[in-house]
Amino acid sequence: MSTKPKVAFFDFASCEGCQLQIANLEEKIIGLVDLVDVVEFREVMTEKAPGYDIAFIEGSITREKDEARLRDIRKRSGLLVALGACAATGGLNRLKNVRGNLEQVRRDVYGSDWDRPHLETYATRAVGEIVPVDFQIHGCPINREEFLHIVEAFALGTTPEIPDYPVCAECKIKENVCLFDMGQTCLGPVVRAGCGAICPSNGVGCEGCRGIIPHANQNAMKDVLAEHNLTVEQITEKFNLFPLYLEVTP
Amino acid sequence: MTSKSIRIDNTHISRVEGHGNIVVHMEGDRLDRVEWQIPEAPRFFESMVVGRDWSELSRITSRICGICSIGHTFASQKATEAAMGITITEQTRRLREILNHAENLQSHILHVCYLVLPDLLGVGSVLPLIETHREVVLLAIRLHRLANETCDKIGGRTTHPIRACVNGWSMLPQKKTLEEIRDDHVKALGDLKTLAEFVQSLAHKLPDFERETEYVSLTNPKEYALYDGVIKSSDVDDVIQPRDYERVTNEYVDDRSTAKWTRFNRDAYAVGALARFNNNRDQLSDGAKAVAGQLGLSAPCHNPFMNSVAQVVECVFSAEKTIEHSQWLLNNGIKEEDRGFTVREGHGVGAVDVPRGTLFHDYTYDGKGKCVEANLVIPTNQNHANIQADMEDLVPLIKDMPGEKMNLTLEMLVRAYDPCISCSTHCVDLRRS
Repeated sequence: MSTKPKVAFFDFASCEGCQLQIANLEEKIIGLVDLVDVVEFREVMTEKAPGYDIAFIEGSITREKDEARLRDIRKRSGLLVALGACAATGGLNRLKNVRGNLEQVRRDVYGSDWDRPHLETYATRAVGEIVPVDFQIHGCPINREEFLHIVEAFALGTTPEIPDYPVCAECKIKENVCLFDMGQTCLGPVVRAGCGAICPSNGVGCEGCRGIIPHANQNAMKDVLAEHNLTVEQITEKFNLFPLYLEVTP
Repeated sequence: MTSKSIRIDNTHISRVEGHGNIVVHMEGDRLDRVEWQIPEAPRFFESMVVGRDWSELSRITSRICGICSIGHTFASQKATEAAMGITITEQTRRLREILNHAENLQSHILHVCYLVLPDLLGVGSVLPLIETHREVVLLAIRLHRLANETCDKIGGRTTHPIRACVNGWSMLPQKKTLEEIRDDHVKALGDLKTLAEFVQSLAHKLPDFERETEYVSLTNPKEYALYDGVIKSSDVDDVIQPRDYERVTNEYVDDRSTAKWTRFNRDAYAVGALARFNNNRDQLSDGAKAVAGQLGLSAPCHNPFMNSVAQVVECVFSAEKTIEHSQWLLNNGIKEEDRGFTVREGHGVGAVDVPRGTLFHDYTYDGKGKCVEANLVIPTNQNHANIQADMEDLVPLIKDMPGEKMNLTLEMLVRAYDPCISCSTHCVDLRRS
């Protein structure tokens, strides 16, 4: 009998782009299936299993009937891991919540059909707002190399290391020219690294998809803004693209 | 004749993107129920983008779909450019073509090799094939990796491209990178030939089922349309401008689905590789035409299962076009270009033929460049009614099959459309009240 951890993947409201990153591991998938036993993954396989050592959950929860499915998975799982921003924080799906009245959102979208029962929805929630989550994998999408590192650590029974320093640190290691110096804005000073500063390295300011780091240096952010004659108001909109839970006061 | 009762309640069918159910209830010869249901949770993107800045729209709508994030990015940027009166440069267009072809290749290889081949080889997923058909799996991985690496090199990231911007690019590829892309695609033509031969050896396992329907795609007098064109229906002689897409899509809500359905000249129409092939096959590259001949695909083809074969043909086309576009860029030299423009109030529609069919983004902006209204129509939505109609015709033909085999055949039908259900439930209208 295999002693490899039994692993499963599930998805709720999401683009399934984080699960796609696993297919995008290319040749390394073969190494991955040597390490773990993938027993359920609806997007790529037909088989199902009664229980799992590790369940990866992609997506946000937006309906009561999805809560029941999630609770059932939680009951049958050892570790439960939130895979990507939608699961970890609600991600971009949370933009729906700040649009105000959900009935109006439904009316906007489905017009006179808005209240048909199968079109129900509630304010987007992260997986951890419904069931206990043992680990979070950040990013939109996740960084597939980081995912591999995390699974390897789980298979070895160790705790994976996730950066708690800002994107700025990775940008400096790459010797990128600061985007603020090029007249752009960027959330790099306060957002969690681990992506390899992928957006700034490609000429676009950090969007904050990995969330704010614990104990973020808010003063450093304010200093950078002041240095470039910017105000907090001017970048507030950037802070609510992904839910960053940061109260920045001017 | 024995009376047989069949009850298929296949919830969340596997090897498709997103959640779909197949329901068949049969009592003897009496077919009580045949339904293709979409229970996927809607995400309300059209509502989420309202009030957001023009610069964020393609970043947000890219997140509708992991597999076709590049197609969404371009449909979005084309809509914004149309609204703001921007004309992109030849260089920007050629680079978008390369990135769009890379997504087409990535998506088609994923579908044909990872999702469809297991059915033709009688297994539940690609995983057992690592042991039994290792060379084929490695070949699929090589092609998939090439497509993804091209997305990284041009777009800055495999999924949710970073460098693609309204009116240009935040960063341009080096000459060396374009040479690599060109040379790697030349080499990949050999792998694609091997893949076509392998698919040919299994093509007899695709069900022999035909149902004529209306085929809708973009069309372009200059080339086989993917990145750009006007709308063509196999039922209509005149083409339709993308800004008039609602004449074609006619979306409506059906109780079986959280995704909207569409209809044009009939109760259902089809989009995707087979629709494009049926409408535009004469414009394929020579290599792609040869593979179509080799795989027995000739137009018009009314067998929906042949969509996967049309995808193999398009893989060859995408590789050949990538070589052509990279060579053009190398010949002309990559230049830094000004991305600046004046933000203005306006309305614009962007249409792109993405792996699963024709995608429309429609935005209205206020004078500050904030989105006030959005409508998105996604390919898989346009296929839902057609999948339902196919099932209704197919079930009576296969009613004598054992339940399990009937279920598999119906799953294969759904998979043939390569549905992207996450997408389709995110593509609902927003109408200003």
